[in-house]
Amino acid sequence: MADPNELPTGEGPATAASVGPILRLEGVRKSFGKKVITEVLHGIDLVVNPGEFVAMVGPSGAGKSTLLNLVGLLDRPTSGRIFLDGTDTSTLNDAGLTRFRGEKIGFVFQHHHLLPAFTTLENVMMPLLVHRGSPDDEMRERARQLLVRVGLEDKITARASDLSGGQQQRVAVARALAMHPPLVLADEPTGNLDTHAADQVFDLLREFNREFRGAFVIVTHDLRLANRCDRIVAIVDGVIESDTWKTGGDRAT
Amino acid sequence: MRFEVIVSLRFLREGRFQTLLTLAGVAVGVAVIVFLSALISGLQTSLVANTLGSQPHVVVRPQDETARRMVAEGEAAVAARVEKVAVRTRTLPDWPLNLTRIERVPGVVATSPIAAGAAFVVKGDVSKAVALRGVDTDRFDRIVNITGRLKGGRFRLDGNDVVLGVGLARDLGLGIGDKVRLVTEGGRSDVFTVGGLFDLGAKDLNERWVLASIRNAQTLLNLEDGITSIEVRVDSIFDADRMAADITDRTGLVAETWMDINRPLLVGLKSQNMSSWMIQFFVVLAVALGIASVLVVAVVQKSREIGILKAIGTSTRQTMAIFLLQGALLGLVGSALGCALGAVLAVGFRSMAVAPDGSPIFPVDLTWTRFAAASAMATVVGMVAAVAPARRAARLDPAEVIRYG
Ligand SMILES: Nc1ncnc2c1ncn2[C@@H]1O[C@H](COP(=O)(O)OP(=O)(O)O)[C@@H](O)[C@H]1O
Ligand SMILES: [Mg+2]
Repeated sequence: MADPNELPTGEGPATAASVGPILRLEGVRKSFGKKVITEVLHGIDLVVNPGEFVAMVGPSGAGKSTLLNLVGLLDRPTSGRIFLDGTDTSTLNDAGLTRFRGEKIGFVFQHHHLLPAFTTLENVMMPLLVHRGSPDDEMRERARQLLVRVGLEDKITARASDLSGGQQQRVAVARALAMHPPLVLADEPTGNLDTHAADQVFDLLREFNREFRGAFVIVTHDLRLANRCDRIVAIVDGVIESDTWKTGGDRAT
Repeated sequence: MRFEVIVSLRFLREGRFQTLLTLAGVAVGVAVIVFLSALISGLQTSLVANTLGSQPHVVVRPQDETARRMVAEGEAAVAARVEKVAVRTRTLPDWPLNLTRIERVPGVVATSPIAAGAAFVVKGDVSKAVALRGVDTDRFDRIVNITGRLKGGRFRLDGNDVVLGVGLARDLGLGIGDKVRLVTEGGRSDVFTVGGLFDLGAKDLNERWVLASIRNAQTLLNLEDGITSIEVRVDSIFDADRMAADITDRTGLVAETWMDINRPLLVGLKSQNMSSWMIQFFVVLAVALGIASVLVVAVVQKSREIGILKAIGTSTRQTMAIFLLQGALLGLVGSALGCALGAVLAVGFRSMAVAPDGSPIFPVDLTWTRFAAASAMATVVGMVAAVAPARRAARLDPAEVIRYG
C-alpha cells in the first residue's frame, strides 16, 4: 500500500489554477450491504497531482469502479476522507457534492452514457447548461470546438443514438471536458471498443491531458494502453497493491 | 429557455406515443369539464333569468299574514303566491314610510307597491277568476318588464284601463279596446277597457294577471288607501336573503325572497351543481392519475438519462423540476386542446339543438374565465400529479444507474 507521504509530489506539472494535489484520499474505506456488510475498499491512500495521467488497473471486482465513484462524488466513503482540489468533500452536503461534481469532475463511462434524446452538440453542452442554467453562444461554440477536436464536426446535429460506439465515446470525452474540469475520471472508456477506436479515444484523452493540464484517472484492462500512462496504480482486493511511475510513458516521448 | 424546460420538453417529445395519449386523455377530461360546466351554467342562468323575469326578487308583506303555508311545493310557485294574495285581507301598515325605508336598504334598486286581491273578469256570460293587481306602471315596469313584453296596446293604466295577459285575452276572446267587467268577492264591480296585452312567457301569469291602477284596485278590493305588498328588485339576486333580512330589520315586515318562493327550483339548481361538481372532481382525479402513471413509467424508462444528468452535476431540485414541469406541460397543453375541443362541442351542441324559431334550446356559457380556470386547474393538477414521480426521479442514485447502465 502506498503511503501518500512517500509519493513524489510535484511529479506532474503544477497548473496555475491549483498548487496542491487535485486529489487526496486518506484511509478511504467502503462497505456495502445492510445485513451482510462487505467491505470492498480497505483503506485507500492516494494522491494525484494536477496534470497527472494515471492508469488504474486490477482484476474485475477489485473495487476500481467503487473507488472511481467515490472520487467522482457519486457516493460517499464509509470512512476516510477525500480531498478534491483542496476541499474536504465530507464537509459538503448532497447539494454541495452535486455542484462540486459538476464543476470539478469530468466523467467518461464504459457505456458512453450519452443522452439519446439530444444531439451530439447538446450532449457536449449539457454539463455547461446544467451549471449555467440556460444556453448561450459561448457554450455552443465551446461544445462545437470540442466536437471538432474529437473529429465529429460533421455529426454535430446527429442524435447521439445514431453514432457508432467509438463515435459515442468520443462525444463522451468531449462532454467530460466541456467544463474544463481539473480532474477527469474514465471507467474503462475503451472497454467496449475495437483496437482502432480504443486507440483513437485514448489518444484524445492523452492530447487533452497535455493541452488542458487536467489530471486524468483511467481505469483500464488494456495493459498496452496502461503502459502509455505516466503512472499505473494497481488495485487488488480493495487495496493499492502497487503504484508505479512510468518513465517510458507517453510523456517521456 | 431554462435547462429544466429544455430537458422536460425533450423528454416529452421523446415519449411520443405516451405523450400523445396522455395529452389526449387530459384534453378529453378538460373538454368534458368545459362543456359540462358551460352547459350547466348556461342552462341555470337562463332558467333563473326566465323565472325572475316575471318575479320580484323580494316581496314585502304584512307581519302576521304568516298564515304562511309552507309554500310552493310542486308546479306553480307563482300560483301559490297568487292564491295567497287572494286570501289576504290585511294591508301593509304605514306603507309610504316603509316604502321609503325599503328604498334605503343597500342593494335595493327598485320598489313597487302593489294592491292585489282576487277578482273575477266577466265577459258576457263567461267569468274567470283572476289576480287583480293594482300597480304604478313606471315602478312596476322596473320589477317586471311589462312594457317590453307587450303584444299589443300600451302599458298605461289611466282612467279605467286594464292590461292583461294574452292567455286571459284568448280565453275570453278579448282584444284591445274591449270592455270587461271586474267583480270582487265583496260584490264591488266596475267596467274596464283593455288597454294592452302582455306575454310574460309564463302560462299562469298570462291567464291570471289583470293589471289596473292602484286607485282602481284599492276601490274594488276595499283596501281604502292601503296596499297589500311591496315588490322589490335588488342588484345581486344571490344576496337577496341578506337584503330581505335587512328589510325585515328596518320595517318589521315579512320579506320573502325569490329563493323562498322558488324553493324547488333552487334545490334543483343546487343538486345539479353538486352532481356537476362530482363529475368534474372525478374527471380531474382521472386526469391526475393518468398524468401520474405516465410519469412514473417515464421515470423508470428515463432512469439512465436521469442518472447521467445527475452525474454531470444536475441537482436534486433540478431533477424534481424536470418532472414537475413535464406534469405541468402535459396539463397545460392537454387543457389547451381540451378547451378547444370543449368549445367546439358546446358550440356544436348549441347549433344542433335549436328551437323552431332558431334560438338555442341549450344556452351555453363560454366565457374566457372558464377556459382560464380549466387550464390553470389542469396545469396545477398536472404538477401535483408529478410530485410523486418527480421525487422518485430525484431519489435515483446515479452510481447505481451507471454501474448497471
Ligand atoms: N452498490 C453495491 N452494492 C453491493 N456490492 C457492490 C456495490 N458496488 C460494488 N459492489 C461490490 O464491490 C466489489 C467491487 O466492485 P467494483 O468496484 O465494480 O469492481 P471493479 O470495478 O474493480 O471490477 C464487487 O464485489 C461488487 O460486487
Ligand atoms: Mg468496474
